[in-house]
Amino acid sequence: MGSSLSRLTEKTNVWPWLLLAPLGIYMLIFFVVPLVDVAIMSVTDPRLSLVNYERVLTGALYQRVFLNTFLTAAFVTVCCLAVGYPLAYLMAHSKPRTAMFILLLVTMSFWTSFLVRTYSWMVLLGNNGPLIALLQMIGIDDTPQLLFTRFSSTLAMVHILAPYMIMNIFSVMKKIDPALIRSAESLGARGWSLFRHVYLPLTAPGIANGSVLVFVICLGFYVTPVLLGSPREQMIAGLIGHQIDEFLAFGMGSAMAMVLLFITFVILTIYHRRFGLDKLWG
Amino acid sequence: MTSYLELSSITKSYGNFTALDNVSLSVEKGEFVTFLGPSGSGKTTTLMIVAGFEKASGGSVQVGGRSISELAPHDRNIGIVFQNYALFPHKTAAENVYFPLQMRGVSRGKGLRQAEEMLSLVGLKGFGHRHPKELSGGQQQRVALARALVFEPSLLLLDEPLGALDKNLREQMQIEIKRIQRSLGVTTIFVTHDQSEAMSMSDRIVVFEKGRIEQCAAPLDIYHRPQTSFVAAFIGESNLIPATVTNAASREADNPLLGSFEYAGADNRLTDGQAVTLLIRPEHIKLSRNQVENRKNVRMIVDTIVNYGDNALVIGRAGDIPMRVRVLGADVVIIKEGEECCISWTPDSVFVITK
Repeated sequence: MGSSLSRLTEKTNVWPWLLLAPLGIYMLIFFVVPLVDVAIMSVTDPRLSLVNYERVLTGALYQRVFLNTFLTAAFVTVCCLAVGYPLAYLMAHSKPRTAMFILLLVTMSFWTSFLVRTYSWMVLLGNNGPLIALLQMIGIDDTPQLLFTRFSSTLAMVHILAPYMIMNIFSVMKKIDPALIRSAESLGARGWSLFRHVYLPLTAPGIANGSVLVFVICLGFYVTPVLLGSPREQMIAGLIGHQIDEFLAFGMGSAMAMVLLFITFVILTIYHRRFGLDKLWG
Repeated sequence: MTSYLELSSITKSYGNFTALDNVSLSVEKGEFVTFLGPSGSGKTTTLMIVAGFEKASGGSVQVGGRSISELAPHDRNIGIVFQNYALFPHKTAAENVYFPLQMRGVSRGKGLRQAEEMLSLVGLKGFGHRHPKELSGGQQQRVALARALVFEPSLLLLDEPLGALDKNLREQMQIEIKRIQRSLGVTTIFVTHDQSEAMSMSDRIVVFEKGRIEQCAAPLDIYHRPQTSFVAAFIGESNLIPATVTNAASREADNPLLGSFEYAGADNRLTDGQAVTLLIRPEHIKLSRNQVENRKNVRMIVDTIVNYGDNALVIGRAGDIPMRVRVLGADVVIIKEGEECCISWTPDSVFVITK
């Protein structure tokens, strides 16, 4: 494989590269050029300087929002893991019908537009929504504010991102050789010790994949926290949108975007060194 | 007095399909018993029932006089080497071997020392820190063996463990496994479909076919005195000739195409007129140009000669009955394909099979 690939690159034949041209041109126009534009804006708007970066990295507001973004992403990742691991286990080890049913629920939820899912949560959690009504019906008059809180945005993000976690862990669980489990049993392992010493370590790659994916996607989440979250606890993508929509501060927005991009890049690099990025997609 | 391992009337059915039909077997302590048979014959199912991964529909399994039929696999204290070794990829060789001790509450320091000792017994001294993927197939096999033995199991089960190895390594591992098994004296059941493996390693061979035990005997007994035509055909090469007993007293039988045969053996249960099968092993047949005195002689037309260097297999027809003759390499030069020759044998080489 490696040698045939190098032979391909050694050849001066341009045809294979020409086949890549449509994709290359598309990526150039719609990804590379805007990205370079953002990078340039971050150091030229309003004037040529690094002042935007200085403000992003030292300003208390920005630091707080970045920190909040990381904590939220971490919390969402942990929640996705807590919800996703048992579900993935059920999917991987139930009878085919049960497994199909859970798989169907997960994929249906996954295929539904996340905008739709976000709005559904607004309906469900709203002050006139069914959940509040239910609380009132069982006699709780002083109903808590559910919508536009950290709770509602976290709940919706977990709902939207859990499938990434589930599918990653599921694919690893499915590939576990049953002989390994039998072998562990024959050697005296049972219950918790079997899980801790054999099953959990064998599924660790799925946990790592799912967690990185959920964490990284969550870092840049825009719509859900903006629509469902508390305005006082913004995430970075929301703040970037705010800078651009409200203040037309393109330079500041761009600088924040570049910092976020850089952090994401660092996380993925560390992951790549440790596990290999090619494993991220199963 | 019961034996160490006792399988009593084990039956296993899946719906209407009977995978095991009344399998009974006694194994003595320290014995090396091989389950031999084609795939689907029930040998692996029997092994899995002993291991506890399959539940028998009927019958019981006893080890050391105690029934283990109701015990879960982790309570049976049985070491198993799986076909693909099933080593834990996230643990080093030493940690793999330490695992069963860890499950038995042995401390890490002591357990790892014991694991290293066991690794050196299987010839892997100094390999303890390696992960399975850094070991060759043969080395992984040894780790799996060490892991299955380190906790002094009451039984060692080997499920076609040599299938994935190449020929040379397989022969080497046959000798190794036998050596280790003897030195520890552990009662062992070895499952294989490879008859030469079964021949070279076992104290006794149990031949399975269609969920039943066809025969259970020492390797040479199985080879020289097969009880059924299936065993005769499955183990080694064989010429099977249908015949009718003509004179049980003087040990004579007759095949309409080949004429009268004298056969060996002290089997007095035969009666005149009984239909039997005569077994003659290819290596017991002599090939010559002319008739040989004091032997049963038959004319054969040679169809094919397959040369193996030190020996050759001559395939032909004697009165339209297909015959296979194994000759030493030098002897084959006297004959060519398409020619007629003489094949002969002594009564000692003719074994009667009644089933």
